[in-house]
Amino acid sequence: MKRPEWIPAILTIAVVVFFAAISPDFRDFRYLLSNTSLYAETGLLAIGMTLIIISGNIDLSVGSSVVLTACLVAKFSSEGTPLPVSVLFALIIGTLLGTINGLLITLAKLPSFLVTLATMALFRGAAEAIMGPASAKVPHALKGIDRPDLFGLPYPLLIFLVVLAIVGIVLHRMILGRWLFGIGTNAEAARYTGFPVNKATISAFAITGLLVGIAALILDSRLGVARNDLAKGYELEAITIVVAGGTAISGGKGTMLGTLLSWLLLYFTKTGMGVNNVKPEYQLTIVGLILVLSVFAQNVAASFSNTRQPKPTKIQTG
Amino acid sequence: MKREFGLVIVLIVLFGVCHWAQPRFTDPRNLNSILLWMPLLLVAAVGQFPVIVARGIDISIGSILGLSAISVGVLLKSNPHLPVPALFVIGALVGLLLGCLNGLVIAFGKVPAVVATIGTLTAFRGLTFVLSQGEQVNSTAVPDSLTKLASKGIDIGQVTLSWLLVIGLLVAAIAWFAARYLQFYRDIFAYGSNPDAAYLRGISPKTVQMIGYGASGLLSGVAGTMYLARFGTANPGSVGSGFELIVIAAVAIGGVKITGGSGSIPGVILGCLLLASINVALVVLGIDANWQTLVYGATILIALIIDTLSNRRRALA
Repeated sequence: MKRPEWIPAILTIAVVVFFAAISPDFRDFRYLLSNTSLYAETGLLAIGMTLIIISGNIDLSVGSSVVLTACLVAKFSSEGTPLPVSVLFALIIGTLLGTINGLLITLAKLPSFLVTLATMALFRGAAEAIMGPASAKVPHALKGIDRPDLFGLPYPLLIFLVVLAIVGIVLHRMILGRWLFGIGTNAEAARYTGFPVNKATISAFAITGLLVGIAALILDSRLGVARNDLAKGYELEAITIVVAGGTAISGGKGTMLGTLLSWLLLYFTKTGMGVNNVKPEYQLTIVGLILVLSVFAQNVAASFSNTRQPKPTKIQTG
Repeated sequence: MKREFGLVIVLIVLFGVCHWAQPRFTDPRNLNSILLWMPLLLVAAVGQFPVIVARGIDISIGSILGLSAISVGVLLKSNPHLPVPALFVIGALVGLLLGCLNGLVIAFGKVPAVVATIGTLTAFRGLTFVLSQGEQVNSTAVPDSLTKLASKGIDIGQVTLSWLLVIGLLVAAIAWFAARYLQFYRDIFAYGSNPDAAYLRGISPKTVQMIGYGASGLLSGVAGTMYLARFGTANPGSVGSGFELIVIAAVAIGGVKITGGSGSIPGVILGCLLLASINVALVVLGIDANWQTLVYGATILIALIIDTLSNRRRALA
């Protein structure tokens, strides 16, 4: 199966047709667009997660990183810091957290899911320690990014799409992307080939950290307050988006287009369930099922295509 | 046995330091709270053991614990006079069913364990809400005969080995025997050390995985009933949530190689004891509740780093 993205693409179309047919609210284009603001944060995390999973790693700590960054920024900026400084601060904190993950994984040679399972507790614990049970109010200057829009497109959506394009170019057109695919396919071979395995791995985690910073800013801006219990389950949603988009969890395979398509799938599914008053607990089950089923479907598709006879290679003569 | 020896030393040092900082730490009452911390952790960790030895991971155990606790609770509402053994059987069966579901998806659907169990983690949590209609299991619904298992037990001086802990140690003893003497458990070790060689030797990866995830589910289900016994209530949103982290940490600290192939049940028991002691130590040393998650995460990370460093040195020697 050369392009596994067709699975989320077909599912997305099916979901859109289904919900458009049964609920008039779903056909309201303006509502649909404004609703994207809710999904920009996990979408941004999924972009970074695509790099990480392609390199054969995983990051379970992104939700905790978002909450820690969001809390720090809210606390910091509520003391009257100008907006650009707060934004810069968020990006630096996020990148720092990502880099910590990357360093621990490469230098201590620990499996990424274990390290990030530990930093998942560590980062949320830090947010709990800093904030306590209180909530920090976000200053007015930072609030309301989801309200104004440019040509009818909400800013969080625009940020998501721009970041997706940039990181997509990094992944598919630049040397870092090649390194990540190489490492994900076979880390040992990549090392012997002379790929800077550690540098590339740390970069993938640092980029994800940067996106964590952006996501934390959007979260702060959207909610207007920061508490230590926000962003729970973000890591799951990000992983769901990436894996349902055809990126191989074992690494070495995947595209940014797949991530975009499966982001659309998740967003349309959740919005459709929302307008039809499906209870959140059922939504939870359905998202879990989407994750497992999409991987299963890809495996089935791959096994069919593998049993087909390989085409003979054309040998150039003359 | 070297690894277990090291853990014993760490435990002695931890107890010494804590006793020096806060003599109350070695009070019988406090030792009791450490011992009460252990059973759920121990049972689930013994379940996680074959999964990790076979190079897998089961992240869904917190949700399995939750779903089985809620199932038992819901059944108790309509049949308040169910005997205690029946409650354990129900919890175990629910867990086994969910574990086998994980096993099917992983062994036959060929979905990687991390993805599959993250997916079922969410799906099972959703089912917990569906089954309970969002209502929590009230303490009035849980019979005294069940909660007695946590409060009563074998008294040694002022220290009580609760019946829950006895059950936990019994489960661990059975697993220890199986891991040492039964062929199917040896197969799991063989598979974990070298899946290809094990396959050529006639060990089916599917069987190994089904047994692993089945056992993990079964014992997490037992832990679900134990949860009701210990806490008397269960909230569908929070019961067992985050439990996977604690269990995996206990197993990793207990010296089970997270990349598969080696580990021992005594190590797992010591790992659980160490984690339980650290948790109680945090409380006794008066560390602000808001700092606990942080210290907890840091502990896991330090244990992991020490583990890799010591493994590297052993490899060099």
